[in-house]
Amino acid sequence: MDFEDTPEEAAFRAEVRSWIDANAPKHLEDQLKRANFGDMGVTSEDPIQACKSWQKKKAEAGWACLHWPKEYGGGNRTPMERVIWNQEEGIFRSLGGLFTIGQGMCGPTVMAWADEETKRRMLPPLASGEEVWCQLFSEPASGSDLAGLRTRAVKADDGSGDWIVNGQKIWTSGAQNSDWGLLIARTDPDVPKHKGLTMFFLSMKSPGVEVRPIKQANGQSSFNEVYFTDVRIPDSQRLGAVGQGWEVSLTTLMNERLSIGSGMSTGFPQLLSLCMDVEVDGKPAVQDSNVRSKLAQFAVREMGLKYTGMRAITALSKGETPGPENSIGKLVAGATMQDLAMFALDLQGQSGVIWEKDGPHDGRFQAILMRSPATRIEGGSDEILRNIIGERVLGLPGDIRVDKDVAFKDIPTSGRKKAAAAA
Amino acid sequence: MNLDFSDEQKALKEQVRRFLEDRGGVAQMRAVLTSDASYDKDLYKGLAELGVLGAAIPEEFGGVGLSHLDLCVVAEELGRVIAPVPVASSIYLAAEFLLQAGSQAQKEAWLPKLAAGEAIGAFALNEGEGRMGPEKIKASVSGGKLTGTKSPVADGDCADVAIVAARSESGAVSLYVVDLNGPGVERRTLNSIDPSRGQAVLTFSGAPAELLGGEGDGWHIATQVMDRAAILMAYEQLGGADRALEMARDYALERMAFGRPIGSFQAIKHMLADMYVSATLARSNCYYGAWALASGASELPVAAATARVSASQAFQHCAKNNIQVHGGMGFTFEYDCHLFYRRANALALALGSVSTWEDMLVDRMTTGNVAAAA
Ligand SMILES: Cc1cc2nc3c(=O)[nH]c(=O)nc-3n(C[C@H](O)[C@H](O)[C@H](O)COP(=O)(O)OP(=O)(O)OC[C@H]3O[C@@H](n4cnc5c(N)ncnc54)[C@H](O)[C@@H]3O)c2cc1C
Repeated sequence: MDFEDTPEEAAFRAEVRSWIDANAPKHLEDQLKRANFGDMGVTSEDPIQACKSWQKKKAEAGWACLHWPKEYGGGNRTPMERVIWNQEEGIFRSLGGLFTIGQGMCGPTVMAWADEETKRRMLPPLASGEEVWCQLFSEPASGSDLAGLRTRAVKADDGSGDWIVNGQKIWTSGAQNSDWGLLIARTDPDVPKHKGLTMFFLSMKSPGVEVRPIKQANGQSSFNEVYFTDVRIPDSQRLGAVGQGWEVSLTTLMNERLSIGSGMSTGFPQLLSLCMDVEVDGKPAVQDSNVRSKLAQFAVREMGLKYTGMRAITALSKGETPGPENSIGKLVAGATMQDLAMFALDLQGQSGVIWEKDGPHDGRFQAILMRSPATRIEGGSDEILRNIIGERVLGLPGDIRVDKDVAFKDIPTSGRKKAAAAA
Repeated sequence: MNLDFSDEQKALKEQVRRFLEDRGGVAQMRAVLTSDASYDKDLYKGLAELGVLGAAIPEEFGGVGLSHLDLCVVAEELGRVIAPVPVASSIYLAAEFLLQAGSQAQKEAWLPKLAAGEAIGAFALNEGEGRMGPEKIKASVSGGKLTGTKSPVADGDCADVAIVAARSESGAVSLYVVDLNGPGVERRTLNSIDPSRGQAVLTFSGAPAELLGGEGDGWHIATQVMDRAAILMAYEQLGGADRALEMARDYALERMAFGRPIGSFQAIKHMLADMYVSATLARSNCYYGAWALASGASELPVAAATARVSASQAFQHCAKNNIQVHGGMGFTFEYDCHLFYRRANALALALGSVSTWEDMLVDRMTTGNVAAAA
């Protein structure tokens, strides 16, 4: 057991450090450091361009998507080297946020399911940040119950083999900045719901694709509605077989939980400094016994997450595959952040209501308060993650399914309870 | 970086697990609980013969000379079967006190016996109700004779030797080695929530006492040793938490209600998922603790408090919900659930209550060790 680098790792770290030192966009450092949850903080230039130019620079030097094979634009590095890179990239890592969904979820799905030619065409620009991807899964009537989705893809009747897509996706993060989308659609409504799905990727510039931003509860607009009206997708942009979409989506979803959950901080270090700063009964809050007890609770969660991550990295570096037990990262982080923010505001007293970037503690806890509810929903809600732990880690039986062997078109949904009953 | 145990340590763990299961597993705890015995003598002897008592004691003092990491995996297995043996008092504490602060002669006198299970050690610190601190120590030593009352003392009913915290003639808190079979010692066994690990009142009236470490260094040494013991005990708690979770899971798969296994109800499934989360976070924090213990890192105090708080809560959480999952059956004496519940709540108090450790954790994080937490 140790936290030391091997001599090779130390050499790699030194190389990475000096490259980052010579190349990172240092002029953005201060802004990035003052970033708040849900807001990258870059205002001095177009943040999208800032992300893209750092990614491009990394790609040109071979530091993009470190763990991907070279022929797909990656660095062909070990998991441990990737971890070291992430540690050294430090604050500049937040410039990678634009590519999280593409590189963290869509890329691995393409890598697992596409043919060689497609991989060589699609993956390198994804790695270099020239092309941004989004994930077109959730729909108004199907989030947790993803397999209940209704967006339809039907074969064109012109003999081209193309697919024609109609329907609507929702909550699509980053669709407004994306070049490509990973789309799951229903190709057969006459079979049970998991069996009639097929996965595609498509250009977001395709005729008939319309992106409409949604204003979020925290005031920002990072997710969107995406409408499809007679959108044509070539059959060569299908991933997996027709009807195999559910299986393909599982690759994406597992990678999603890993990339959202891993290395997530709950804001504990900031809470600790707040407690040394604000007062309770005329003394620093950190001296108050109530405060101390709560702080300790947050500390053991933060550290538990940190060392759970390190155990996962250790397992990965020994060649083990991360399994469903990694669901706990996001589950713990989301709820902890939310509780922590509420506690921080409580300590700030009536000033806790102020949410200003130049206000008390940079409005940091207010930003966490307002963004953390989404963490508990996106990429599998708390309840779905508990189901996953219960069923796939502990081996408990699944929920009783009323929709399992029923043709998709006969399943009651929020919008068509009566129709189904009548049918 | 490598946050995992070695293959040899995993093999040792397997070996200890098989040994404990062959001896009857949890049944051993029940047997002690329902008898007048204060611990399982045969089991303790067996552990000594297996070499696990002396795992982290150097060979020159009769031990096996492995590392504290080995002792961690042993502790986890003892915790899984909530073993009714005084290992915590004798090995994590008494032996550790001697190793950290004992003179050559003191080490030679006691360590071989502790490693061989021929003598049992205990740590006599508490003097009554409330949170323990140096100011509460009234016991005193004058002319090499100890006077005062210590209560409760874990395994004080069966121990042969105690490390006692008392005031020296100058009034400074110091530690003393006291032979409990010698003159001037009276003991009375106390009823407790976990009688499989005895508690006693020790009354000293002029018992011969030999200084351990420097005069006035008592609290400092005790703090260091309790940190080390806290990590080892956290492994016992972790083992107990995992086992309680497994019992609850097994029962949830087998018990039917409303025509389906109760584990298919989300209220139960999510309760179990939360137990798994607690146990997993505790395990990760325990690994951090084990690393700090074995490497002697400066983060040891933070790591110890983190592991202690996290593992205490995980075991309490899993043990109480294990009863809940079992329904009425869980509240019978016949089922094992209460055994884990007893042990979980007793261990959460041993070495100082959870709130005491929470307090220490924050202290340690705010005095120069903030980086460790970040
Ligand atoms: C910030 C943000 C970004 C997102 N980005 C994307 C994206 O880029 N692409 C994309 O495709 N999607 C995205 N999503 C959508 C996200 O995946 C869904 O919101 C999520 O899966 C929940 O689905 P839902 O909103 O339909 O809620 P529902 O599924 O309707 O859930 C409502 C409530 O019911 C509970 N529930 C549902 N089923 C069960 C069950 N079986 N057992 C117990 N409880 C249950 C849920 O836990 C929740 O509390 C994003 C969401 C957010 C908040």
